[in-house]
Parts: sequence; C-alpha cells; structure tokens
Amino acid sequence: MRIHVNEKSVEIADDSSLAAIRAKFKPTADLLIVNGFPVNERHPLVAGDRVVLISRGTIPTEAELETLLVARHTPGVHARVKQARVGIAGVGGLGSAIAVALTRLGVGKLIVADFDVVEPSNLNRQQYFVDQLGMPKVAALAENLRRINPYVSVIPHAVRLTRENIPGLFAEVDVMVEAFDAAAQKALLVECFLTQVPGRPLVAASGMAGFGPSNTILTRRAGNNLYLVGDEVTAAAPGSGLMAPRVGIAAHHQANCVLRLLLGEDPLGDPT
Amino acid sequence: LNLVVNGQLRESAATCLTELLIELQLDAEHVAVELNHVIVTRDRFVATPLHDNDRLEVIRFVGGG
Repeated sequence: MRIHVNEKSVEIADDSSLAAIRAKFKPTADLLIVNGFPVNERHPLVAGDRVVLISRGTIPTEAELETLLVARHTPGVHARVKQARVGIAGVGGLGSAIAVALTRLGVGKLIVADFDVVEPSNLNRQQYFVDQLGMPKVAALAENLRRINPYVSVIPHAVRLTRENIPGLFAEVDVMVEAFDAAAQKALLVECFLTQVPGRPLVAASGMAGFGPSNTILTRRAGNNLYLVGDEVTAAAPGSGLMAPRVGIAAHHQANCVLRLLLGEDPLGDPT
Repeated sequence: LNLVVNGQLRESAATCLTELLIELQLDAEHVAVELNHVIVTRDRFVATPLHDNDRLEVIRFVGGG
C-alpha cells in the first residue's frame, strides 16, 4: 500500500507497523504523528495515511524542511518564492512582520536594512523579544528569522538608508518593500528606488496608526511600479498611536502583495 | 491649466510642480509624484513645468510603520 512519510509518497508492505516505518525512514524519531495526531508505535497503518516522524530538538535538514513546506503551500508556489529576492527598507512594525511572513513562505533571500536598535516601546507591535532590547534590529531580526527557517538567506544591513546607498543595496531585488516609519523617509525611498532601480515593483505603506476600522486599510496601485497599502490618512500622532493590529494588517497586505507579484499575479486581482 | 490629479480633473494656476503642491497644501518632503507615468525626483519639482492635460499621481505619505 502507499502512504506518505514526511510528505513523501512511499510504497510499504500492507502489514508494516509504525515501528518498522520509523526504523526504515527515521530511526531517531521520538514523536510519531499519523494524520495530524500524535500516536504510539503500535498504531495500525492503512493506505493513504500521512505519517510525520520528528526527532525532538533536532533541526530538519534543508531538504526535509522544504518537503514539509512544499506540502503545506499550493503546488508551484514554493519553487517560485524560493528563487525570489526581496528587499525590505526599515524593520520596525511593518518590516519585521513582513520579514516573518516572507520567511514562513520560504522566500529565498531577504535583504533587510535599518539603523535602529530594539527599544522597549517597539515591543507593542514589532516582532522582537524583551531579551533583544538594545540589539540592532537587523541582527535581532536575522536571529528570529533563523529560528523560523534557517535556510532562508537573510542579508542584514545596519545602516541608515540614503539616496546614495539605496540603489546599490537593493540593486538585485525582484520586489522592494518600503517599511519606514517617518513620512519623509518613505517618500525618499519610493522616489529613489523607482528612479534608480527601474522596472522593479515597490510595495509601500501609508496610514495604519490608531484603532480605526480594519477594512479602511487597502492595497492599491498608485503608480507604474508602485503599490500602496494603508488608509493613506491616519498618521502616528498623540491619541493615534501605532499598535499591533492595524500595523499587522498593513504589513500582511504588503506581504501578500509581494507574494502575488512574485507569482506573477496582479496584486489587485485585475487581469494582467 | 486643466490637469488630472489622482484621477480627478483639476483646474490649476500652478506653473510648476512646486506650485501645484502648495495649491494642494502638501509638503514636498512627504510626497512621491508621477507626471505622465514618470517619477519626478523632488530636486526637480521647481524646474518641472506643467502643461494642459498632464496626468499626475501625487502620493502622500503619513508617518507610521
């Protein structure tokens, strides 16, 4: 009969025990999962079962992890995102959440830049931990992304982005993300990237502070190679602070826009 | 001048991009501008004249991220 072992289809004898499967495919496994439920080694197997063998505390090899991710993603998606290079300018509330989403997707290479260090006020929305206070954000982020998927290549740049260094740092990206906090920095990055790295799409954000309605945050095409996420109005200000929910919504609009661009889909769902 | 700004018809007395941004009450440091589908860098706002039927996308950025 055929079953799946760690997402690979294999032919086994009809009377195979789970203990025998473990001995053959992963003798070190101490956690046996059949069709989503942990079981013991006497659990009977039937055709079509999906068996996952895990060695607790051991990081899977790149090939193993990839097989597991491929099975979870729609066919064809993983192969395409694995080839992709994405740049992220600013890794605060938006950029850190976008980087986490793209790492979980298995995007091949992330080039991230930010000059800031992790501060206590960041923890209300940014993907850092209390034991990382004071670390350069790009170093803390690289550490966190490694814990999610060590086979995503993360290139951290602890620098302030300027008109001079933006084109060089992001020359090879397939899609660029603007994830800054300050309005002037956002405008500068957009202007500079679109003129200096022509032909590559850029996903920017404007307006996600406060606790206004979720559905006012939208993705729209704002220019030739420019997509814009946000409500375009709500600035961070006293009485309208930046908080995890709306910043997260905007970040994931941006991440999904990146994914759609990488897959050759129109981000707005219009025919291409 | 008859312009199309962010998809809307607009009559304007502006002769250059800088004047248009003043008319729109926008800070030149906080916008990205596409004129007839080409991005204009902010050092050229003053030197970029506007003509009848120009199409502009003026993207305003607010702080937060």
